[in-house]
Amino acid sequence: MRRGGEWFRDLGVKNSGGTKLFSVSGHVEKPGNFEVPMGMPFKELLEMAGGVWKGRKLKAVIPGGSSVPVVPAETMLEANMDYDGLSEIGSAIGAGSVIVMDETTCMVSVLERLTYFYHEESCGQCTPCREGTGWLYRIVKRINNGTGTLEDLDTLLDVANRIEGHTICALGDAAAWPVQSFLKHYRHEFEAKIPALNPPD
Amino acid sequence: MSTINIEVDGQTLEANPGQMLIEVTDQAGIHIPRFCYHPKLSIAANCRMCLVDVEKAPKPLPACATPVNDGMVVRTQSERARSAQNGTMEFLLINHPLDCPICDQGGECPLQDQSIEYGANASRYHENKRQVKNDDIGPLIATWMTRCIQCTRCVRFSEEIAGVMELGMVGRGEHSMIKTHPDGEATPDQVGAALCSSVNSEVSGNVIELCPVGALTARPSKYAARVWEMQNHAQISPHDCVGANLNVQTLRGEIIRAMVRENHQVNGYWLADRDRYGYESVYADTRLKRPMIKDQSGWREVGWETALRHAAAGLNTVKQRDGATKMGALANPSRTVEELFLLQKLMRVLGSDNVDHRLRQDDFRDDLLAPLYPGSELEIIQFESLDRVLLLGSNIRKEQPLLGVALRQAAVNNAASISAINMLDYDFHFPLANTHIVSPGDMVTSLANVAVAVSGITGVSLDADIQKRATDTNAQEQAIAASLLSGDAKNKAIIMGASALNHFEASALSAISAWICEQIGAKLVKLPEANSAGAWLAGCVPHRAEHGKEVAKTGLNAKAMLAKPLSAYLLYDLEPGLDASRSGEALSSLETADFVVQCAAFVSDEAMNYADVLLPIAHYTENSGTYINCEGRVQASRAAADPFGEARPGWKVLRVLGNYLELEGFDYIDLADVQDDYVLGDEQIVSQSGASVNDSPVKIDSKAIYRYVETPMYRLDASLRHAAALQQTMDTPTPAVGLNEKTLVGLGLAAGAEVSVRQGEIELKLLLELDNRLPDNQAFIPAGYAETSSLSGYEPITLEAG
Repeated sequence: MRRGGEWFRDLGVKNSGGTKLFSVSGHVEKPGNFEVPMGMPFKELLEMAGGVWKGRKLKAVIPGGSSVPVVPAETMLEANMDYDGLSEIGSAIGAGSVIVMDETTCMVSVLERLTYFYHEESCGQCTPCREGTGWLYRIVKRINNGTGTLEDLDTLLDVANRIEGHTICALGDAAAWPVQSFLKHYRHEFEAKIPALNPPD
Repeated sequence: MSTINIEVDGQTLEANPGQMLIEVTDQAGIHIPRFCYHPKLSIAANCRMCLVDVEKAPKPLPACATPVNDGMVVRTQSERARSAQNGTMEFLLINHPLDCPICDQGGECPLQDQSIEYGANASRYHENKRQVKNDDIGPLIATWMTRCIQCTRCVRFSEEIAGVMELGMVGRGEHSMIKTHPDGEATPDQVGAALCSSVNSEVSGNVIELCPVGALTARPSKYAARVWEMQNHAQISPHDCVGANLNVQTLRGEIIRAMVRENHQVNGYWLADRDRYGYESVYADTRLKRPMIKDQSGWREVGWETALRHAAAGLNTVKQRDGATKMGALANPSRTVEELFLLQKLMRVLGSDNVDHRLRQDDFRDDLLAPLYPGSELEIIQFESLDRVLLLGSNIRKEQPLLGVALRQAAVNNAASISAINMLDYDFHFPLANTHIVSPGDMVTSLANVAVAVSGITGVSLDADIQKRATDTNAQEQAIAASLLSGDAKNKAIIMGASALNHFEASALSAISAWICEQIGAKLVKLPEANSAGAWLAGCVPHRAEHGKEVAKTGLNAKAMLAKPLSAYLLYDLEPGLDASRSGEALSSLETADFVVQCAAFVSDEAMNYADVLLPIAHYTENSGTYINCEGRVQASRAAADPFGEARPGWKVLRVLGNYLELEGFDYIDLADVQDDYVLGDEQIVSQSGASVNDSPVKIDSKAIYRYVETPMYRLDASLRHAAALQQTMDTPTPAVGLNEKTLVGLGLAAGAEVSVRQGEIELKLLLELDNRLPDNQAFIPAGYAETSSLSGYEPITLEAG
């Protein structure tokens, strides 16, 4: 207040002024809330949180909370934490809840957990989200249990696409984006769990 | 307001700014699929079926919730629109059971119909489908909640149109379910009544037609027929003076159910439950199947010829012995104009003007001053635009449920200020600005006091006769007058309901109302029973023949006919023990009479005592004819099925009875012939203000307990009393004596106990109930029940414990 708005804005970068509170959670040594200038490289933020835990390697990050698209490690390590920076890599700053995942993480299990969350959180008011979130969850769960089919992957993506942009509020979109991004970046992990693609030797 | 242009699928459409897109496309006949949208309900936009592609919009937009803008470009069939619509359809179907073959909605199901265009050939959904428990929500509506698609039309209808919080959505996400209100009332025989309440609105059946799937269907006709096998028959509901339009549906000649027939001048999209479920009595076990006569050996079934010969001989004997004026005919006002016309013609040709249909009316003093028929100076469509209303002796919600719905719209959308002067504090579904509850003896005084207050505010000098009836105007009466005159309201009405029209000083109430209407620029709306307007115009009154024609000598009215026994009666679809307000008197007169002919659709226990001939006539659903509603609208109804058993259409029975009596002018070949015998245009009410305030007020003993009488809405006539489902609703209570707390305590009686009710020689036992809707010293004992039929009218009674 004392130093005025301009000073505050200049702490950050173009189009993303000031500071931002990031809540870093997941596979880091020191999870916590960090107020940092906008535009800080992700690498630095990760260091502030003590780096990836147990000396493991970074696998992926959900930079803005469970609804925003997931970003693979190699892209994320080059990115800056601001509106434009995250938008350029196909994700979003969202609520600033950074979820860090190490190399041992099963992306199918993560998506199962995320879809379960949106299935539970759907209010049920409008059709695509009420019906679609449960469908997403059940398909992912089935794949994770090892009883999925190849068609399930197409259906999964199609259901997500049919929810996105068709609901009253943004929860529908939020449920669709993780599915779309997980399949985009980690389709092979899903395929690995489908029996038809992995016949016993 | 200047219009704007939008483009839909390449077609330029004119629209009003602020209109929703779907209204504009509906007007233009461009089909956009929908489930939750309904023109009379608020916009929910929750089904997402009406998503369309709007240029410059980042996402498809719901047509039901998108206001039009000038130059808007819309595509309803583009890939983006279709993919959104197909997507929604897929989502709706994944948890919807594929039980169309056993679903009552099948064939008239918006989901089924639209899935043909927007659905896929096969489902991609391989998970388990959702199951939802069914609740018993009362005798009228069957539930199959697994089929529900959560469109909330039923919830919005209940809240916005029916004005009750009876249905709601509970739970979230996939677990959201439509449920009844947990604190609502439940009918006694409801399964699992402790867990859910019943839907008790008097217009509840509309949710069946609003439901776009088979979640809510008609319970009495459950599994009775497939939609496509049924035939529609355009009928008019005879149960109130609205004349709601309906389709009675039949399967191979058998009546199955009734559905609304939209008429936006009359009932709009809605029906009252009475209109919808009244048909059910048509196949009641109690239908009178064959003519019957009573002789020395008792009752026996006979052929038509024997019965008619017997009836004619009996009537002729009485005529020759005592004269025609010792005979009288009484009719049910819910019958058609043709029947009522023939009945009065038969009596008048026989030589008697004793003919009437007003068995609940008590005051006939303004008969000769009355207009052509009692009715509404206001058209039904104007009810919604009222802004100042005085309800006088009216429970409009139960008496004319659809007018109640319209008045509620006036209150909600138009902020109408509605006041009531009533004898019972009714549970209205709209807010009242002033509620003035007075005992019947104070009705005229209260209304006169309102007139005094009106005169005080406007400065118009008061009619001297009205002045005589006034006392000191109290605060409520002053407030009612002030409310009627407040602001620059244009649409005002005084609505006289059943308890005003049947009041023992109805003529005075009518005259004072007319005076007030004139001073404040209001319309006088009289809402008599059923087809009363038709009965008046048919000449089914003692002082006028058809279409108001003068008669040489005024005959006896219904009250006079039943007060002292005549020698012979011809009862037309009536059970006076249940249909007359002075039912005790009626029964004793009928039992004393030498000869009683009853034309009836049902076997009546009371008729077994007093009648000599029973002639089975068609149920109203089996009857063709004309009805005239309170606004004077002439509407034709067509028989939906052949009469049950040996029953015959009423007009034919009367026509042939005329032949057996050897009367002239009974040679009609068909119904059109009967109609040619009288003039019937679209009738206008000439004036209602001819009546004078009678200055011999009825004396009321202020210390005595009086029996206050009303007939519950589903006990009004035989066709309702025999309709099984309606009899199980909350609107058909078990008859009891109601007293307010003060009166109860004053008499030293306890609610829940049995009391003996004494009126003169009559004594009967009923349960006592606390009913704080009543003024002091009024004991509410309903009519329309055999248990209370020995009592008569508004008279002093005594109540004793045990």
